[in-house]
Amino acid sequence: MSMNTQGRPTGTGTTGFAAAGSSLLPSEPLLFEIGDTEHSGVDLPDVEIGGDYLAGCERQSPIDLAGLTEPEALRHYVRLSRLNYSIDSGMYPLGSCTMKHNPRLNEKTARLPGFADIHPLAPVSTVQGALALMDELAHWLMTLTNTAAVALTPKAGAHGEMCGMMAIRAAQDAAGEGHRKVVLVPESAHGTNPATAAALGYAVRSIPARDDGTVDVEAVKAALGPDVAAIMLTNPNTCGLFEPEVIEIAAAVHAAGAFFYCDGANFNAIMGVVRPGDLGIDAMHINLHKTFSTPHGGGGPGAGPVVLSAALAPFAPVPFVRKGELVEHAEGTHLGRITAFHGQMGMYVRALTYMMSHGGDGLAQAAKDAVLNANYVRARLGQVFSVPFPGQPVMHEALFDDSFLAGTGVSTLDFAKAMIDEGFHPMTMYFPLVVHGAMLIEPTESESKQTLDTFCDTMLGLAHDAKAGNAARFTAAPTRAPRRRLDETRAARSPVLKWERPAELPQAAE
Amino acid sequence: MRYLPHSDHERADMLSVIGVKTTADLFARVPKSALLTESVDLPGHSPEFLVEAHMQALAGRNHAAGDGPFFIGAGAYRHHVPASVDHLIQRSEWLTAYTPYQPEVSQGTLQMLFEFQTQVASLTGMDVANASMYDGSTATAEAVLMARRLTRRNRIVLSGGLHPHYRDVVRTYVGDGPDLVCLKASPEGQGDILNRIDAETAAIVVQTPDFYGHLRNLRAAADAAHAAGALLIVVVTEVVSLGLIEAPGALGADIVVCEGQSLGNALNYGGPYVGLMATRKEFIRQMPGRLCGETVDADGQRGFVLTLSTREQHIRREKATSNICTNAGLCALAFSIHLSLLGEAGLRKLARLNHANAVGLAQALSGVPGIRLLNRSFFNEMTIDVGQPAAPVIERLAARGILAGVPVSRLEPGDGHVGSLIVLAATELTTKADIAALTEALEEALQ
Repeated sequence: MSMNTQGRPTGTGTTGFAAAGSSLLPSEPLLFEIGDTEHSGVDLPDVEIGGDYLAGCERQSPIDLAGLTEPEALRHYVRLSRLNYSIDSGMYPLGSCTMKHNPRLNEKTARLPGFADIHPLAPVSTVQGALALMDELAHWLMTLTNTAAVALTPKAGAHGEMCGMMAIRAAQDAAGEGHRKVVLVPESAHGTNPATAAALGYAVRSIPARDDGTVDVEAVKAALGPDVAAIMLTNPNTCGLFEPEVIEIAAAVHAAGAFFYCDGANFNAIMGVVRPGDLGIDAMHINLHKTFSTPHGGGGPGAGPVVLSAALAPFAPVPFVRKGELVEHAEGTHLGRITAFHGQMGMYVRALTYMMSHGGDGLAQAAKDAVLNANYVRARLGQVFSVPFPGQPVMHEALFDDSFLAGTGVSTLDFAKAMIDEGFHPMTMYFPLVVHGAMLIEPTESESKQTLDTFCDTMLGLAHDAKAGNAARFTAAPTRAPRRRLDETRAARSPVLKWERPAELPQAAE
Repeated sequence: MRYLPHSDHERADMLSVIGVKTTADLFARVPKSALLTESVDLPGHSPEFLVEAHMQALAGRNHAAGDGPFFIGAGAYRHHVPASVDHLIQRSEWLTAYTPYQPEVSQGTLQMLFEFQTQVASLTGMDVANASMYDGSTATAEAVLMARRLTRRNRIVLSGGLHPHYRDVVRTYVGDGPDLVCLKASPEGQGDILNRIDAETAAIVVQTPDFYGHLRNLRAAADAAHAAGALLIVVVTEVVSLGLIEAPGALGADIVVCEGQSLGNALNYGGPYVGLMATRKEFIRQMPGRLCGETVDADGQRGFVLTLSTREQHIRREKATSNICTNAGLCALAFSIHLSLLGEAGLRKLARLNHANAVGLAQALSGVPGIRLLNRSFFNEMTIDVGQPAAPVIERLAARGILAGVPVSRLEPGDGHVGSLIVLAATELTTKADIAALTEALEEALQ
């Protein structure tokens, strides 16, 4: 048995409480192994149907859906939930993901019947409060970014990218500039940026990063040309750095007749401190599920409103609220729909609740605390962890590479899995692609100094352990999670994507 | 500020560890001209009770579906959601978990997604389903792009019974042109889509029950599409119908997309909802969105992971099948819990109850002078012709507290043939008293 710096035992075989099937870490059968097609957790009457309106379309094929009574369902989903890490149970140092606290007032307001129980096609005269809310949210987003318009409807950040790039394409088509078929994307960009550009038919031209992790305005100028439609630039960038030449980059892009799409995934670092409109951006999506605390929910639903400059405002998609009126059909230069109805209203309510709770002053303080926390983590870890771009403060996240692990036999992945055994969710790994074995840590403003100290102590202890030659505890990790490392190759090679009824288990087993 | 843990004293301590004097020093790389010198022009922070009061006031200006007789459907349906669903999805471990990229600490979400995929495949009668999409309309657009990749053909034909918003989203995604054929609105259930398939056609898109409520003959559509080497994409906006209506997979569908809101999810003024996408096994690698698969861990225990991510943007970047990088996890959870509570027995009963109430509604409406019912077939939704502009009729009824349906002109403003049409739905929540109130109000409004 080995001990970590907190004196807690680590390593295989020391952790009996984590064994499958124990009462606190349940091993839960599949729904289909518990329920059957006769059980149900709802009481509904059997009814006679007074006519034949089914035109011969009645279902003949089996449905084969397992049912659970309410107590069985509660137990199943509560037990499953306990196999999840969550922000309420611990710190999520995931760089680029902004896993901040999700206030419960947001959940309460989103569930008011006047928001949750209104239909998207109810007469507009009956939903004036909903339109007012969308207007208020738009006002907050435009004020924080100093932009001319906002398209609220994108359903996620990537959807927002698509919306913003469609607006750029429409603007260029309208100006007779439809021949611009190239989008510049820095190497450090999120994968969604090139994927979005490609999905819209653009060729992607990569911009290399400078040695200090930022984008060189000269490199941008060299890549610009009459074929370039736009640059997609993340600022602060994915190395956690504010792009110092962003204003010059914007000017160069505009001078070349192109647009500046800003990936706003990292807006949390600068909200209330810097307005992206002042930097010269033309479009930027804002992930309400990052910056404005709407819950991640295990992978969505997100929301990705896109703020637009005056040049792109006429190309916003419908629907939108204009002077209290709901505009539902594209007129003039406006884009058509990118989704049915009006976007993620439930997320609008949560985000506005969050913003009003903070106020303009609180949002700025949150940004400053997020930056403070990231720099604190970097200062504390930087003595041991390797810092790829030293000599400058970071914004909301701290990037390390794996050179401090050289010769230890421990990879970034192993290190991350060992964090699980110490009670922390891993940081973002192997992203951005511009440094080797990247470890990207974003503490957010939600973490107290005490939590950050525990986190840093743990990380330093792990680094010490790695350097001390104790590679086995890393390569074996995790050993204290509900599962050991999972075989992802097997999952991909012969995909099993749904439960199949075993031959010996007939339908309606009872 | 109740959400920010640091005291000023702690902030000062941390700054000294960093080795700077003030927070402003941390923003030193930001161009001076871009740093705000004073606070943004927005209200200051606010106590919980004041924010709540503000939101209540806004919500109070809306007429909730539960406030009176309610018959609006058209792609979003008001169903009863069992109390346990909302309780469960608000558990911290579901609500505040991240995407399950670290499977060892995300088995709850992953197993749920595996169960969800199984449920969606069963419900639609397809081989496989993904871990959900943003909503039904964007799933439809993604299905169209998928069909193009699969067939290496470009032409898409959209049925005139497809939800107009869904049609509009597809148009925005793929652009207008000869390769996108949008058939005229077909409120009578008519349409000649089978004659519009040619050797260039990648897919036809057919909704059933369609926007106007008619049940469509999928078998004929599948046969015609397949005969030309094209795919059949089936759209279902009311998933409860699948408890009574034949599964698209049993009738030859190649890709099925649904709006899953009806199960587990509130109306929410249009979102967040949950898109379902299911397809044939051989098409998996062209399917967009997350997929969860079964595997084993280092101890041989069954476990689940996100898989086939080589299709996705974070690996493939500009060569990805789609730019999608999320699903609708929490809405998928609500869907899955609700469907688990129903089970096959409950879903069948729920579907029959919806249909029975719709039959009651259809028969009552048929008895109102001046109203013509356009449907010979329907599940829980139908279209009526009121013989005069429908939008003002809807407004008059709304003023009396009755939300009587959707005037088709709201979605098809350019189509003069639909100005007098209303699409209405009944669900298990529709009562005889609601129907009586509606027919009485309609009789008066149409005089």
